[in-house]
Amino acid sequence: MQQVFSIPKSMKENFRYTFCPGCDHGIAIRLVGEVLDELGIREKTISSTSIGCSVFIYDFLNIDCVEAPHGRAMASATGVKRAQPDKVVFTYQGDGDFASIGLAESLHAGLRGEKITAFMLNNTTYGMTGGQSGPTTMMGQITTTTPTGRNKEYFGYPIKMAEHYALCDGVAYSARVALDSVPHINEAKKAIKKAFQVQLDGLGLGFVEILSTCPTNWHMTPEQAHERVRTEMVETFHLGVFKDITSEVK
Amino acid sequence: MGKIVIDNNRCKSCYICTETCPKKLIKKSDKTNRLGDYMVEFVDPNGECIGCAMCAKRCPDMAITEVYR
Amino acid sequence: MENEKVLIKGNYAIAQAAVNAGCQCYFGYPITPQTEIGEYLSGKMQELGRGYVCAESELAAINMVMGAVSTGVKAMTSSSSCAVALMQEALSYAASDELPVVLVNVMRTGPGLGYIYPAQGDYNQSVYGGGNGDYKIIVLAPSTVQECIDYMYKAFYLAHKYRNPAILLADGLLGQMMEPATFGKYPYPEIDHSSWALSGAKGREARAIYSCAREEKKQIQHINNLFKKFEVIAKNETEWEEFMTEDADIILTAFGSMTRNIKAAMKVLRQKGIKVGCFRPITLSPFPYDRISELAKDGKDFIVVEMNMGQMFKDVKYAVNGKSQTSLVNRACGEWLSVEEIVSSVEKIMEKSYAASI
Repeated sequence: MQQVFSIPKSMKENFRYTFCPGCDHGIAIRLVGEVLDELGIREKTISSTSIGCSVFIYDFLNIDCVEAPHGRAMASATGVKRAQPDKVVFTYQGDGDFASIGLAESLHAGLRGEKITAFMLNNTTYGMTGGQSGPTTMMGQITTTTPTGRNKEYFGYPIKMAEHYALCDGVAYSARVALDSVPHINEAKKAIKKAFQVQLDGLGLGFVEILSTCPTNWHMTPEQAHERVRTEMVETFHLGVFKDITSEVK
Repeated sequence: MGKIVIDNNRCKSCYICTETCPKKLIKKSDKTNRLGDYMVEFVDPNGECIGCAMCAKRCPDMAITEVYR
Repeated sequence: MENEKVLIKGNYAIAQAAVNAGCQCYFGYPITPQTEIGEYLSGKMQELGRGYVCAESELAAINMVMGAVSTGVKAMTSSSSCAVALMQEALSYAASDELPVVLVNVMRTGPGLGYIYPAQGDYNQSVYGGGNGDYKIIVLAPSTVQECIDYMYKAFYLAHKYRNPAILLADGLLGQMMEPATFGKYPYPEIDHSSWALSGAKGREARAIYSCAREEKKQIQHINNLFKKFEVIAKNETEWEEFMTEDADIILTAFGSMTRNIKAAMKVLRQKGIKVGCFRPITLSPFPYDRISELAKDGKDFIVVEMNMGQMFKDVKYAVNGKSQTSLVNRACGEWLSVEEIVSSVEKIMEKSYAASI
């Protein structure tokens, strides 16, 4: 028999994920690891890490990492890339980190066209602090700080980062993917690979918004949480490629 | 014909794999892990596994560490 | 060229010194009175094939510096008072991560927006920091344009030697004035960072630079180590300047460009027969506590002259520790205290203490 699945070589030895059961961070990190393997770039990759549940990638990925304060990962990554243009630089951030506290850093890195890659996990809430409403909290969603559900009069609207990012001239690739099913996971991996490839080709910034689950704070079972991604989240956060300067956008 | 390897030390009993397996060959076992959750086990007496690796791809904890076909 | 005397503005001198020191990347956001540093470097860095980004904010600028120096290169940012306040979070991170971040603060007045006239109100912000937790920063205070160059070099050297953030604390006066100065060559050895810097995990274990402290005991150890390191810095690098302190009864103390005026005031007071000396801490952090304490032991009184509400005064008082008298001559901001003002203030203080001693 032939081995058709194994743990990516870019993962640390004997790691054990510390995320909650059913959390999609584990899948997203694995996909990044698989892409690092396939592109053969692990040994020249440096990551700027964020704050939140996403911070712990240095426990799992066998790559060099530098920490950035909350929201500043894109600035830190800019610094790394400007100092070491030959290295592959990426950030792995949550929606709060990327699209709320770090929105200025994220947008301007996109506008400058930094040759870096960015991943934003969108789980519509602040996971690590216990499920408060964030920049991506959906209309009607109940969180600890939208106890009656998010309404437009009082709380305003969620941000659609992949679409916004597609408007930045320096962004070479912007896509939104989900991890709720095997076909979607396969698509997500392709997007992640492409986001690295545009950096390697010096075309500009590669960005992937990854819809993911937070079963703990959504008060759902892992399968219910994935059902929510599949049915509710994709209604607000449409999946697809919003910008790809290497080909026609569908 | 296929087979999978489950690392129960990594498994957090989210049971996504039990739903995902097209042949329903991954089952809740009677044994519990250190947190008291029922672990999962691969039961394939008739050699039905096709090695599609869908379970491994959807496992959020990379607890399905190897898949063979 | 290197040893040629040139007439140059303080901000340009700082910028060119950074280039000479081998600064690979500059990240900054405009703010008066230091904007010339970024303007000068924008062209220069591009010409030299080095990195320059006019950042979207001071928050971004200093975090870009953190990213760059994490790979072992020299990088810096510059700013002024109210915007340096925005960088305090990152300085706390950089101190904990032991990253050689270099920051130039050309002070203006505060609090709040304040205005663009000079002041020395960032002594506390620099020495004691506005960031969270226990950490220490190296702070160097030049008093002339020549020293802006010399201590810019030294800021890079010390930051990299000790892997600790360093601040060059100048002020609007120094940044904007022109003086003759020579650049010379960067006089310090290059520091090897290959043992810790990020370069991609090739043929070695992956490295992670972070301050996230999940284990309490390790964190206690880490903070203790940071402070032990700073003890070494204090032992090796504490720097000050003294003039005619040997026979002095009174020692005028100032930092940065105010040093120029206390030196002149000292001459006037000496002519009047008052035995005055001058003392000027160059490293505000580590502060020359021991030397001040020694001088105070001999009964020499201290008069601190500064352009703030008495920020360094507290440190001098702490060093003197009641062994002699400590007084403050100050103005909150704006026009520097003139030689005449300092002389008359000193005379008033002397009258009072003479009256008290009868």
